[in-house]
Amino acid sequence: MDAMLVFDVALALALVGLAWAVLAAEDLFAAVVLFIVFGLMTALAWVRLAAPDVALAEAAIGAGVTGALLLATLRRIGGAESAETTPRPVLIGVGALAAAVTSGLGAAFLAAPAQGPGLEAAIAANLAASGVEHPVTAVLLNYRAYDTLMEVVVLFAAVVAVWSVAQAPEPATPLLGPLHAGFARVALPAAVVVGAYLLWAGATMPGGAFQGGAVLGAVAILALLARDYVPAPAHRAWARGAFLAGTAVFALVAAGVGFGPRMAFEYPPALAKPLILLIEAVVTLSIAATLAALFFGREPEPLGVEVEARK
Amino acid sequence: MTGIEMLSLALMALGCLFFVAGTVGMLRFPDAVSRLHALTKADGLGLVLIAAGAALAAGSAGWALRLALICGLVALAGALGAHLIARLVRTGGGR
Amino acid sequence: MSPDLIYGLAGLAVFGIGFFRALTLAAPLRRVLALKLCAVGASFLLIVAAYRQPPVTADAVPHALVITGIVVMVSAMAVALALIHRIAVLERERSDG
Repeated sequence: MDAMLVFDVALALALVGLAWAVLAAEDLFAAVVLFIVFGLMTALAWVRLAAPDVALAEAAIGAGVTGALLLATLRRIGGAESAETTPRPVLIGVGALAAAVTSGLGAAFLAAPAQGPGLEAAIAANLAASGVEHPVTAVLLNYRAYDTLMEVVVLFAAVVAVWSVAQAPEPATPLLGPLHAGFARVALPAAVVVGAYLLWAGATMPGGAFQGGAVLGAVAILALLARDYVPAPAHRAWARGAFLAGTAVFALVAAGVGFGPRMAFEYPPALAKPLILLIEAVVTLSIAATLAALFFGREPEPLGVEVEARK
Repeated sequence: MTGIEMLSLALMALGCLFFVAGTVGMLRFPDAVSRLHALTKADGLGLVLIAAGAALAAGSAGWALRLALICGLVALAGALGAHLIARLVRTGGGR
Repeated sequence: MSPDLIYGLAGLAVFGIGFFRALTLAAPLRRVLALKLCAVGASFLLIVAAYRQPPVTADAVPHALVITGIVVMVSAMAVALALIHRIAVLERERSDG
């Protein structure tokens, strides 16, 4: 037990040190790399706090996909920064404000009853009727399914916003070489299987649509990087369909079960598992397509459009 | 503590030792390519040892197979990542 | 000292650092990183609130909330990064004349 205490304290100190280092790094590239390390360490801490689902999501989305988005943006903007510095009075004022807010939050945290009963008893009591055996999946896809639907809508809104904002063609990424082609032939199909497995496993153990979708999204990002897949304007309709499919199927199923004595989102217990798996499968594909599109960062431009030379 | 548990712990401890060695190499070696060498070699073996220890502790063929798959994927991805960084260093694109 | 207290305090510190830096850094990309650190710090408090000393299983509701938060955060991050890219392009065009 004491050895674990040493580990916890060391990891907690590393997290705080990394958080400071991310924002104090001279170089933006170093900041992004430190941020990815911070995300992975966070995932480790959440495993220690008995939250493996959240740790998977943080490692895959919070560190992995977010890191890829940050590195892509860094490449596009070129890492140049203004030498603007914050005046000392502002630093002191904001420092005092941050200290006050954090202390208030800390006081609330220390005063809150630790390990008090939450909703775990209610979750356990209704797990049999939820259609899945894993509590987190039951909360996400059944008890609080409305939240999850809105989350898929937010993801959809993000891709709409990104496509509306950025339309400029950009210089091509460097080729990854023959070794990558061999790697992709072996690893990408295996990763697709891993993504599908995570989705399937979510019904009974840690895993689920978001973790599986993130793995499939990473496969798509690798395919984009290696130019195994080159987006073309003709694919736009398919892409839009893929972005929308998760929201549409989720909403249709949720509204579709709400007739007679049932409310929307109230799946009939006998059909709960197939309905949840149907929603999760479509949402997984939607998440994968959306994450890859967010990484690509713009609508596919018409073929033959040359990148304008920048002086 | 049974013999299997002892063996599992010993394997994981040995794996951690390799990770420490790889990290020391990354911090102490002078240039990017030798740092890569230290990291990929030592961490690759460290991961296999830890996974072997974990597979013994899990005690089921299914989980041992999943851990083997993880080792395989990490070995492939680690080798490719090291190759891409080294290529970037050689062509002078690195920092 | 139990893990929930240790990581709760670490989460608070991460939140404080992110909050302070989000308001004092100049570069937009760094501000976005600072906001993401704020979000991770807040997530720590939720995960800690869900923690129960094993063998009691943790509360799954905060876990689901944090998973939702992670996906919403990556969406917000993607939009913020697209805007940062757009600003950089516009500034480059303006300075080119």
